[in-house]
Amino acid sequence: MPKADIAAALRTVLPADCLLWREEDRRPYECDALTAFRRLPALVALPRTEEQVRQVLRTCSRLGTPVVARGAGTGLSGGSTPDEEGVLLSCARLNRILTIDPLERIARVEPGVPNLKVSEAAAAHGLYYAPDPSSQVACSIGGNVAENSGGVHCLKYGLTVHNVLGVRGYTIDGELLELGGRALDGPGLDLLALAIGSEGLLMVTTEVTVKLLPRPPCAQLVMASFADVHSAGNAVAAVIAAGIIPAALEMMDRKATAAVEPFVHAGYDLDAAAILLVEADGTLEEVGDQIAEIETVLRRAGASTLKVSGSEAERLRWWSGRKNAFPAAGRLSPDYYCMDGTIPRKHVGEVLDAISRMESRYGLRCMNVFHAGDGNLHPLILFDANDQDSWERTERFGTEILELCVELGGTITGEHGVGLEKLNPMCVQFSPAERAAFAAVKEAFDPKGLLNPGKLIPTLARCAEYGRMRVHHGALPHAELPRF
Amino acid sequence: MSASLDAVLGALRERIAAAQGARRALRLKGAGTKDFYGETLAGEVLELGAFSGIVDYEPSELVITARCGTALSEIEAALSARDQFLAFEPPAFGADPTIGGVIAAGLSGPRRAYAGAARDFVLGAKLLSADGALLRFGGRVMKNVAGFDVSRLLCGSLGTLGIITEISLKVLPRPRAEETLRLELPAAAAVESFNRWSAAGLGVSGAAWWQGGAWVRLSGSPPAVRAARERIGGERLETARAQAWWESLRHAQLPLFAGRVIWRLSVPATASPLPLPGDPLIDWGGALRWYADPPGEVAIREIASAAAGTALCWRGPAPQGRFHPLPPALARLHRRLKERFDPHGIFNPGRLLTD
Repeated sequence: MPKADIAAALRTVLPADCLLWREEDRRPYECDALTAFRRLPALVALPRTEEQVRQVLRTCSRLGTPVVARGAGTGLSGGSTPDEEGVLLSCARLNRILTIDPLERIARVEPGVPNLKVSEAAAAHGLYYAPDPSSQVACSIGGNVAENSGGVHCLKYGLTVHNVLGVRGYTIDGELLELGGRALDGPGLDLLALAIGSEGLLMVTTEVTVKLLPRPPCAQLVMASFADVHSAGNAVAAVIAAGIIPAALEMMDRKATAAVEPFVHAGYDLDAAAILLVEADGTLEEVGDQIAEIETVLRRAGASTLKVSGSEAERLRWWSGRKNAFPAAGRLSPDYYCMDGTIPRKHVGEVLDAISRMESRYGLRCMNVFHAGDGNLHPLILFDANDQDSWERTERFGTEILELCVELGGTITGEHGVGLEKLNPMCVQFSPAERAAFAAVKEAFDPKGLLNPGKLIPTLARCAEYGRMRVHHGALPHAELPRF
Repeated sequence: MSASLDAVLGALRERIAAAQGARRALRLKGAGTKDFYGETLAGEVLELGAFSGIVDYEPSELVITARCGTALSEIEAALSARDQFLAFEPPAFGADPTIGGVIAAGLSGPRRAYAGAARDFVLGAKLLSADGALLRFGGRVMKNVAGFDVSRLLCGSLGTLGIITEISLKVLPRPRAEETLRLELPAAAAVESFNRWSAAGLGVSGAAWWQGGAWVRLSGSPPAVRAARERIGGERLETARAQAWWESLRHAQLPLFAGRVIWRLSVPATASPLPLPGDPLIDWGGALRWYADPPGEVAIREIASAAAGTALCWRGPAPQGRFHPLPPALARLHRRLKERFDPHGIFNPGRLLTD
């Protein structure tokens, strides 16, 4: 379908200022936060209303035009990398908070509302929205739904799937789907669970009903140093084994603390091989009790030093180091590549050792931050995008980490999604029959394959090709993917 | 896996292949404790109880993995020995269901409104598909977004997409302290209070109302539970009596369940009292309302819909189907998913959808 024809059809359903066709206007949409993958969309649609979203979808369905939905573009896996022949559907203007019900503890919001805005709006009622990805200032609720986003408080408060009650949206044919809702149970299959984390392949979300929780009155953070990564890993298991579910349980290795300390002055112990940040929240007494217990367990697990935040300012300063790990990586190196594997917690020491061996093998540095309580590892591989060889080694390094995660019973992505980025690792984690089941789900919602095509589910041919590469070359060129 | 389990799996595959070949339906059966649940039971019974056993349980990982035929009692005993539990409190109805049946039905008990539903604790599942392939979705880790969340889709699918052969569930440590308070309150005031206490972060983990009395369970650290108790007031129940109450609520064994016709209405937690005759049993802090033997002419489905909820005919004749009807677009999607997972309709046909 020629672009001019698509534009003409969309002009009949969208006001003139809701459609971008000039190259300079489309350029900002060519990638999400995974900037290694860029494609210029044929057109960008910026609807303001749910009805306009429906019309765009119906029009594209009729014309056989691919549609890629986009929230705030903070995704890390290329989930909203555009299709060159298709329409990039930005949900950014659907950004109203529709209702907040403090007694029922829910908010109904449009998909373009930034994550943090929900909590800010609910704060007047002493409530908040629990999932807090580190990009929460910018990332949108619609994007969170598409990716089943996490954050640092998942162990206690869950992922997006645990905090969303309902999703309203449209199929590519413009058919309304209302999944879940204000009631807790409904008839039929749990399509809400299926839609959350479906990376824009099944439907386009136009409204989300989220659960709000009472803001804990108090929070305190323990910072513990360990002389080696294994004892830090064992300490994580010891905390859980003691029957404690901390609000957050994070780990950073020395490379990560060394990177952030000069930048943030968080007060991290740079002599420690790894530090743990363990947070308790609740009432003052509750937090006091739990912190004392955490201290005992960590000391017994071999912590060399232990500090408890003495003030809210100190607690936030210690967190700021963790939350600035990604920008700090950006200061150390021209580029960094963030991985997102998940492993059973008990293997953390083993994985960190293996990563350190890979560093020397690939001639690249890697710093590690880790949602230790969830077993979700974020190794940040430092590289130089201007050096093609450095990027290729980085990709191989990253793939090897993910394959190790799968081997240890974990997964290639804990919270960032597959998108375009992890299509090859999907071939490793899933058998052809499992991938066929994903394709079957996709077909049931989108028989023509127009919503976010080419993402999440690798084709059989791609996996076959990838299998040959791994056997014959041990290298992974993506000839079909444009780079930089 | 042992040779005998391999043989069990092999036999299941043979039954599937035979059913596929002859286009004959299979009726999947664990312990048969929920035969009353769902639309129609059809097909040759396929017993799954023999594929049993806990595969892996590591308390410090907060994960248990078990084969579908494992008795719920075995899982709960293993967890209890390590002071952990299934926080969604699956109902057993006074019997001993299999974990496969628990997940296939996806039902949850009184803690559901606070700790989450069965599906919230599903981390992974293995599915024996219509073509005999053993598919693995999700895993044994807390966070996993690789591929569509098929393992959660299976929870509540009533065996219509294939045989769930293995399940990994997140488990939680038992709360340090737990107390139950009983207050005399009319239904509307009780529901309002339940919601206010939850909004105030008082650690409510169960909230029910029946026959003029409200039961509130508080869970958490001892000081938090103490503080919440002082704030809420009411009569503090001794542990045995409290447990007996929550158990009979969880397993649907209160006298109300002796009714001939039972309706289960799932509505927003703050819904006003529903215009139905008779007093309901209210659970989930107001979000679940049970009615026994309503007069035949009452339009229960319309009343539930008007309250932004749905009504399930739990027991008794259901000429219009047990489950609340799905909107046409959703029903179409269900059929398309079913056709793709089970093209010849061999797995529990008609159990989830009437047509």
